[in-house]
Amino acid sequence: MTNTCLTFRDLTLGYGSHPAIHHLDGTIRKGSLTAVVGANGSGKSTLMKGIVGVLKPMAGEVIRAPGVRAAYLPQQSELDRSFPARVVDLVSLGLWPRRGLLGRYTREDRDDVSKALMAVGLGGFEKRPIDTLSGGQLQRTLFARVLLQDADLILLDEPFNAVDAKTVGDLIALIKHWHGEERTIMVVVHDLDLVRQNFPETLLLARQPIAWGETRETLKPENLLRARRFHEAWEENAPWCEPGEDAHGHGHDHDHHDHHHGVGPRAA
Amino acid sequence: MDTLYGLFIAPFADFGFMQRALVGSLMLSLGACPIGVFLMLRRMSLSGDAMAHAILPGAAAGFLFYGLEILPMTIGGLIAGVIVALGAGAVSRFTIQREDASMAAFYLISLAIGVLMVSIRGSSVDLMHVLFGTVLALNDEALTLIGGIVVVTLVSLAIFWRALVAECLDPLFLRSVSRLGSPVHFIFLGLVVLNLVGGFQALGTLLSVGLMMLPAAAARFWTARVEPMCVLAVLIGFASCVAGLLLSYHASLPSGPAIILSAGVVYFASILFGTRGILRARIIHHRHRTA
Repeated sequence: MTNTCLTFRDLTLGYGSHPAIHHLDGTIRKGSLTAVVGANGSGKSTLMKGIVGVLKPMAGEVIRAPGVRAAYLPQQSELDRSFPARVVDLVSLGLWPRRGLLGRYTREDRDDVSKALMAVGLGGFEKRPIDTLSGGQLQRTLFARVLLQDADLILLDEPFNAVDAKTVGDLIALIKHWHGEERTIMVVVHDLDLVRQNFPETLLLARQPIAWGETRETLKPENLLRARRFHEAWEENAPWCEPGEDAHGHGHDHDHHDHHHGVGPRAA
Repeated sequence: MDTLYGLFIAPFADFGFMQRALVGSLMLSLGACPIGVFLMLRRMSLSGDAMAHAILPGAAAGFLFYGLEILPMTIGGLIAGVIVALGAGAVSRFTIQREDASMAAFYLISLAIGVLMVSIRGSSVDLMHVLFGTVLALNDEALTLIGGIVVVTLVSLAIFWRALVAECLDPLFLRSVSRLGSPVHFIFLGLVVLNLVGGFQALGTLLSVGLMMLPAAAARFWTARVEPMCVLAVLIGFASCVAGLLLSYHASLPSGPAIILSAGVVYFASILFGTRGILRARIIHHRHRTA
């Protein structure tokens, strides 16, 4: 399928022997804009880490279409804010895919950095030390870096945390702009109203996909109820998941509302 | 004019051992001070100290088998440093123990082995020599070695600069765009060991870390960017070496501690008067802008 960006094949991701994403199957269409929702511990961030390759799968695989470059904005950035760097230094890291370790930054690159900062409303912030930025400004700086990475696949993990309403609006506009450029975008979001208003497709997770498809269908009350019953805790003596018997309970007991047609995302 | 010449120039112009000491310690500063800046920014200032101790048994082994020879002691120190760095790193990576605890355990064991080995063979004078160095007795071999270490350090820094900054600033980002994260960390640890080994002939294992960390710590109070911070650290290192050697010459003090204490004076001055120091932050900020 040429218009597939990501394919999950029996993907299990987790920590220790405990899965946080359990036997996920499905595809992400090129150019799609998908919200990933679910309770705490339902595997949203884990899925993001799995896609970007920071976390290796326990089983199965994530297949990226050839040539697809990913940009990733993590939920818990390991950014060291006390590091002596300016906004421009932080955003310029986004030039890595273009220039790598040794490539010289050109005038054009520096212009692009300025443009990216303008696009997130931080024009003129180039020289500011990063330890003087507010939380929302830092988040927008990181968006500028994502912008500069010029990636085909953009993964944003709870990008709207601690961001004021106006900034959320700005960032949503930016995401929609990317969507218009046929980039593939996945965003972990908690605010369901925001999802209903802005995201065409949604993946509802509770360690396994509860529903996956058009947002209105996915976020139906019965699906949300099922997602809410999800048991977050690990059980130390949970039975081992044996090959062959993992077919039951992973989506096949979904009611008919979950199913839909076509090549796009589907419930597993 | 003559007194100035007598105070500052004559010691270096008249005595070969002072010239060697000057060249050696300046070269050391050139490599070690930028390394110190990154150690500090990575919150590994004390790891440098631990590594300096860890080098001892290797140097002692070289001393045990070959006597007071620079090359065996250097290679021994390098091996011991790498074993401790990798061992502590591996323990923290594969067990629940954090790197600070594993590093402390490894270096303490290493230090004890080192002291034991030195005491088997030598007198306490030898131990003092290994621990505190003799910048005034640098031979050609030692100078060449230090020169080589400086070149390797500066070239590696130039090549891996961007990755090193990214690894300090946002390691998760670096992992998402490149696989250089872990290699860069180990290359950096290698440079730390290399520079400490280079320093121990001149300053001893204990004080070589001082020339690495004190100028870096002082430079932190003056600038908010990495590049100037490294340059400033090197300059502070230079100044400390010159001041320390002159002090040791005129006042007949041991040269290693004199160099480190000079750097210590700069450090305290920077705490007080630096643009990001105490006085500027606490006292001189009545005025502020409207936005």
